[in-house]
Amino acid sequence: MRFFLEVLISGLLSGVMYSLVALGFVLIYKASGVFNFAQGAMVYLAALSVVGCMEKGAPLWLAIPLALGIMTLFGIATEKFVLRKLVNQPPIALFMATIGLAFFIEGLAPMVFGSDPRALDLGIVDEPIEAILNRWGMVISRFDLVAAGIAALLVTVLALFFQYTRIGRALRAVADDHQAALSIGIPLQHIWAIVWGVAGFVALVAGMLWGARNGVQFALTFTALKALPVLIIGGFTSVPGAIVGGLIIGASEKLAEIYLPPLMESAFGGNFGGIEGWFPYVLALLFLLIRPEGLFGEKHIDRV
Amino acid sequence: MFYREAGQFKSSYAADQQLFPIRQDRIGVLLLLAIAFLVVPFVAGEYWFSAILIPFLIFSLAALGLNLLTGYAGQLSLGSAAFMAVGAYAAYNFELRVDGLPILFSFALAGLTAAGVGILFGLPSLWIKGFYLAVATLAAQFFIVWCLTKFPWFSNHSSSGVISTQKVTLFGYAFTSPREKYLLVLTIVTVLALAAKNLVRSSTGRAWMAVRDMDVAASVIGIRLMPTKLLAFAVSSFYCGVAGALYAFCYLGSVEPDGFSLDLSFRVLFMIIIGGMGSILGSFLGAAFILLLPIFLDIALPWLAGALGLPFSNATVSHIQILLFGTLIMFFLIVEPHGLARLWQIAKEKLRLWPFPH
Repeated sequence: MRFFLEVLISGLLSGVMYSLVALGFVLIYKASGVFNFAQGAMVYLAALSVVGCMEKGAPLWLAIPLALGIMTLFGIATEKFVLRKLVNQPPIALFMATIGLAFFIEGLAPMVFGSDPRALDLGIVDEPIEAILNRWGMVISRFDLVAAGIAALLVTVLALFFQYTRIGRALRAVADDHQAALSIGIPLQHIWAIVWGVAGFVALVAGMLWGARNGVQFALTFTALKALPVLIIGGFTSVPGAIVGGLIIGASEKLAEIYLPPLMESAFGGNFGGIEGWFPYVLALLFLLIRPEGLFGEKHIDRV
Repeated sequence: MFYREAGQFKSSYAADQQLFPIRQDRIGVLLLLAIAFLVVPFVAGEYWFSAILIPFLIFSLAALGLNLLTGYAGQLSLGSAAFMAVGAYAAYNFELRVDGLPILFSFALAGLTAAGVGILFGLPSLWIKGFYLAVATLAAQFFIVWCLTKFPWFSNHSSSGVISTQKVTLFGYAFTSPREKYLLVLTIVTVLALAAKNLVRSSTGRAWMAVRDMDVAASVIGIRLMPTKLLAFAVSSFYCGVAGALYAFCYLGSVEPDGFSLDLSFRVLFMIIIGGMGSILGSFLGAAFILLLPIFLDIALPWLAGALGLPFSNATVSHIQILLFGTLIMFFLIVEPHGLARLWQIAKEKLRLWPFPH
């Protein structure tokens, strides 16, 4: 039972990391209806620019705003040179453009900052918390806990931002109906630039946490693939959905990784590790059977 | 002037319904086939066959399969490489377990197996669409590759799932040289491409296009969505499966499941974006473009670097390749969403009026 709890908690904490990436998807999808496949590449770019700035001699407190500047500029450029030209194209075309964007980043970022894997030290140690270890005998990583805290903080700030600020209201209006928002005088293009900037910020946070955890390397782009099932479960348009989806995926993935392979081995024989590559997707598909628009997604009504 | 259909009268339904109704097209296609079958085998060298022509034909077939699903039926799939893997492993197993099965039967059965798997993973398309479906096809991509790696039966208990394909023999004749393999691949691709060309103008193809343009409207006018969508998945997977079998048997000779990664799926997707969605010709143009671009860059970039006196490492070349791919995708989507095939169409329009544009 204790082991089960330990696996569950570490799963939930890593699920928060997935939510962090999924959040970037949700922000852009909510405000512009674009499914941004390049989010994973943006995470990679953000982490690389932090590390790259630090290698050029900037301290961490300077590297972070610099990276944020790069991400914001990048977001604005994307909006200006790619998305604005694709207005009125079908959503699938926009989606494929973001796949192109992902490749663009994956080629450009290592060319500028170098491609060898590097460590990113945020000053948080990745070791079990002693108090919990002594009291309950469970191994909970301090790093995971801090990361989860940061993610929770970020979500709260974003939720408040969306709910109570002027820009947040404008963002929600644009998400609801582009044309109506335009007609009451909301500057659509500024809003999209802001959204891409915010998504760049989320990518920066995710990139630093993931980078500190696993090293800054090309594999960071695969975080996007981890986040997609989270989106399906949570729904593409819901910030809380991204969080809940992340928790579900994180916990079930870890539990499945521990408990499923022995079952399969006793049934078929052989070695069945590495199911976390597909398990979240199959789980997400099962969720889709019951709720095709995700747990918190808006129900879509088709009209001819 | 060069491409005028004026004066070509059709006096029977058969003439009106033929595959290439315009005489110039007929002559062009026949000429192309004649060159491909009769001239190329005697002119091209070993390198051309095994490094350019055979992969070009195989990827054209895979792109054609994806184009039927995404370009015609409008169901975005990110799992085409997985269906190629199914085809490759199915063909291997049929050859392995059924004694003396002619290779063409193996390929056909491999295609059918892939079609079955395609139907299975196409089922979610009945209740989800758009991005949700794209993500669902990723499930196929990861799950199938994992299965092929983890269940040793599929690869006849070889280590890490690598298979070395059997000899390609048909009725006692062994296809060993690249030239013979090229002719075999060319024959299969020609037959399947003509079949696809025929299929998309039939009622099935028209139903696919109606579903693509608006599936609710399509169901209102009496197109049954379930069979239509599942048939699109089945036919597309069949093409991808045959392409996968050819990829293993006639191109690489030895494949592993990880070779059919998401990257390969994306490459096939790029082929149809650049070549042209919803166009048979586009699949071929896109495959040629995506295959030739890296070869061209491999030659051009070091030369350019030498000319400019810049130090270029191999890593930089591969980064520039990825970057250019991404840029081209965005460029094509913005400037010409219908791809190279549309450019060809525009060229034909021009040729029709040239040299008197009014």
